[in-house]
Amino acid sequence: MRWLYHTTVAVSRRAWRQLTSMRTALVLLFLLAVAAIPGSVLPQRTVSPEKVRTYLDTHQQWGPTLDRLFFFDVYGSPWFSAIYLLLFVSLVGCLVPRFRSHITALVKQPPKAPKRLDRLPAHTTLPGPATPETADRIRRVLKKRRFRTTVRRDGDVTEISAEKGYLKETGNLVFHFALLSLLLGVAYGSWFGWHGNRLLVRGDDFAFCNTLLNYDEHALGAQVGENDLPRFCLRMDKFTATYLPNGQPISYRADVNVKQHGRESNQVLQVNDPLRLDGANVSLLGHGYAPILKYTDKYGKSSVNVTPFLPSDGLLTSQGVATFPDVNINPQTGTRDDKSQIGFSGVYVPTLPSDPSVNSSAFPAENDPRIMLQTYQGVLGFDAGAPLSVYTLDTRQIEAGRLTKFGSPMALKPGETGTLPDGTTVEFAGTVQWISISIRHDPGQPIVLGGSVALLVGLLGSLGGKRRRIFFRISPTGVTAGGLPRSDYPGFADEFDEIVRATAPATSVPEQVPQTEDVEEVV
Amino acid sequence: MGALSDQLLVVTIFCYVLAMMASAIEYAFGGRSLVARVATRAAVPVGAGVGAGGSLPPADLPEIPATSSEVPAETPERSVGARRAGVAAVVLTVLGFAAHLAAVVARGIAAERAPWGNMYEFVMTATLVGVTAWLVVLVKWTSLRHLGVFVTLSAAVLLSIAGMTLYVAEGPLVPALHSYWLVIHVGAASIASGIFLVGFVTAAMHLIRSGHEAGKTRFPYSLGERLPQADALERVTFRIHAFSFPIWTFGVIAGAIWAEAAWGRYWNWDPKEVWSFIAWVVYACYLHARSTPSVSRRLTSWIAVIGWATMLVNLFGVNLVASGLHSYAGV
Repeated sequence: MRWLYHTTVAVSRRAWRQLTSMRTALVLLFLLAVAAIPGSVLPQRTVSPEKVRTYLDTHQQWGPTLDRLFFFDVYGSPWFSAIYLLLFVSLVGCLVPRFRSHITALVKQPPKAPKRLDRLPAHTTLPGPATPETADRIRRVLKKRRFRTTVRRDGDVTEISAEKGYLKETGNLVFHFALLSLLLGVAYGSWFGWHGNRLLVRGDDFAFCNTLLNYDEHALGAQVGENDLPRFCLRMDKFTATYLPNGQPISYRADVNVKQHGRESNQVLQVNDPLRLDGANVSLLGHGYAPILKYTDKYGKSSVNVTPFLPSDGLLTSQGVATFPDVNINPQTGTRDDKSQIGFSGVYVPTLPSDPSVNSSAFPAENDPRIMLQTYQGVLGFDAGAPLSVYTLDTRQIEAGRLTKFGSPMALKPGETGTLPDGTTVEFAGTVQWISISIRHDPGQPIVLGGSVALLVGLLGSLGGKRRRIFFRISPTGVTAGGLPRSDYPGFADEFDEIVRATAPATSVPEQVPQTEDVEEVV
Repeated sequence: MGALSDQLLVVTIFCYVLAMMASAIEYAFGGRSLVARVATRAAVPVGAGVGAGGSLPPADLPEIPATSSEVPAETPERSVGARRAGVAAVVLTVLGFAAHLAAVVARGIAAERAPWGNMYEFVMTATLVGVTAWLVVLVKWTSLRHLGVFVTLSAAVLLSIAGMTLYVAEGPLVPALHSYWLVIHVGAASIASGIFLVGFVTAAMHLIRSGHEAGKTRFPYSLGERLPQADALERVTFRIHAFSFPIWTFGVIAGAIWAEAAWGRYWNWDPKEVWSFIAWVVYACYLHARSTPSVSRRLTSWIAVIGWATMLVNLFGVNLVASGLHSYAGV
């Protein structure tokens, strides 16, 4: 048992030393860089879940395996987390002793001068005999240059040790502790933050209030409950976009009405200019058109459907469906024919291209709008229970023949009405604009921002600071000096020479040129 | 103004190509004695502040013996001719730089905004920074003049790619780029990229030279004969990276702040962000390896070369292949 204990201690001690070694840290850093690559090649769930679905559909062979190995959630995957957590453990293991010794170095006096100053990278012998005030003069020169200086006397020999450039190690420690604070900030944000996405169609009927049910897509942090969401309501009153003649957008602007804390205000939401509400930020991500279709069934009953169509290109060629599940119900009996549900699959172009063979929009603004509709009749499949996209018809129903094409495709201008084979009609009443917004709350943000600033400041100190020591030995026979740069500092020899020159008595200038050798780096 | 910018870019590429040819002539025909002379002349400190630290002491400069048994003695005429070519190379680089600067400024005036709103402009600005950094290096360490071949080559190649495949006419920006953060974030990114480019050149030259010093004679190492000493090249490489790494860090942080305002989230793991992160990690790896005595200097220079490769993937690979939030950057 004793043997086992000793072995365990020895092994874990060795493992800890291995983990906290610079070599391991370098390998982990490199691994971190390599492990991040798949996330830029494969679609990621956190960024674009729909692309992941498409990828899985088209890569049936590899997709599931990649999925099981977390290749669609790289940055939350066990292997990526393992690398950065090990890196941070290694970092802490390295930082704590360094922090302790740096504090000691800050408190302690500079060390005693080495026996032989001529062994140091920079060294010289000062001319002339030492006078009683020599030590004091040297001390003053070093103090003026903000060296930490200690004078030690041993009989008739006086030694002066001076050190400068603690900023380098301070910056180094600040940089690495700032990295830790980034990790904490990110973790805090993901536990206590939440976000959701939502399409907001213009008008009163589509006003949005901040509850989970109203989101198209959302994610709550582990510590956030449904009731923790701040209360507010948004209504989009107007959307304006301007374009260059080639269709490139110049500006987007959404006029939004906000209700929060019982107050109502009209605000402008723009790209790069989010709404900063109490407890959440609202950003404008995209926009598009929602066609208004009015279907009149065979009993003369009309219903209206406003469905956002999703743009498929920069000129806002948009695709979507309009479904009418509750139509063609006999008002007398209240029953409906199984196969009488109606769905439209449509393409909307805000500007019809002049070339009729092109079936995409010619311009993103509504200069000559058309909607191309294909009617489907049958069972839409809403009752089957399977999740359905609101932007496409259920292909399973179509494949099974339960939902079939009804009549030929038609192209309608706003205000035009098309008639279906059974005499029912569909009117294209125009469009309303919609915007897609992201609503997010991340309480970790201030920590991450503060950490980033500290990181940058620490980095500058760490890379700019230069630690060096200078020693003087004053004995009755003369004065010798030596200098030791403790980091990569090519200008050290010049500084050393300058200091030595400055310590000379004001009346006489030393004739002897100090000799310097190639300054070896000491890390 | 836009057309003027386009014409100036042609002049710029032309100057860089000529400068490259002139320094290649000097490189090929200039003797070792010339290199030695240049080296001794460089011992006089020249005041110019890159900011990464003080000036290099004489001890840092390459010392190449004026007489060497390996190399046949140079005839004076050859040396003089080569030296003229070397001077011409510097003059042409400066001329190219002036045209380059004017092209970028004209582009900015034509578009009425910061001239880095799309990939074409980004490459143009980043290479301008690269050449500027190179000229600063040239003033500080005259002995590195020979590397001019590779710097002007890189600049000419990048600018030609930009002019031929990435060109777009100047115009206003898409709404996503309407922000002062464009100036800060993309400005910092292009400055850091330009300086990393020069760092890549010196790192690659260090690898060639140290290979040459180790006795390798095959093709890339054979170029090493007339390069400055490996040690000096390595130090310059470190200084350049130590200078540009904080700028890159700042660029990434500025990007995160902008992302928060634009997309509501400071970090989205968008392909461009992923590769910026990868480049940051690789360069951090370089700086750590550099400060670890047990890691060989050849390995650290290799890490710097890998770092530049990740920068290229980020610029070309991500913009041309991946689609993400940065896709509006315009190809």
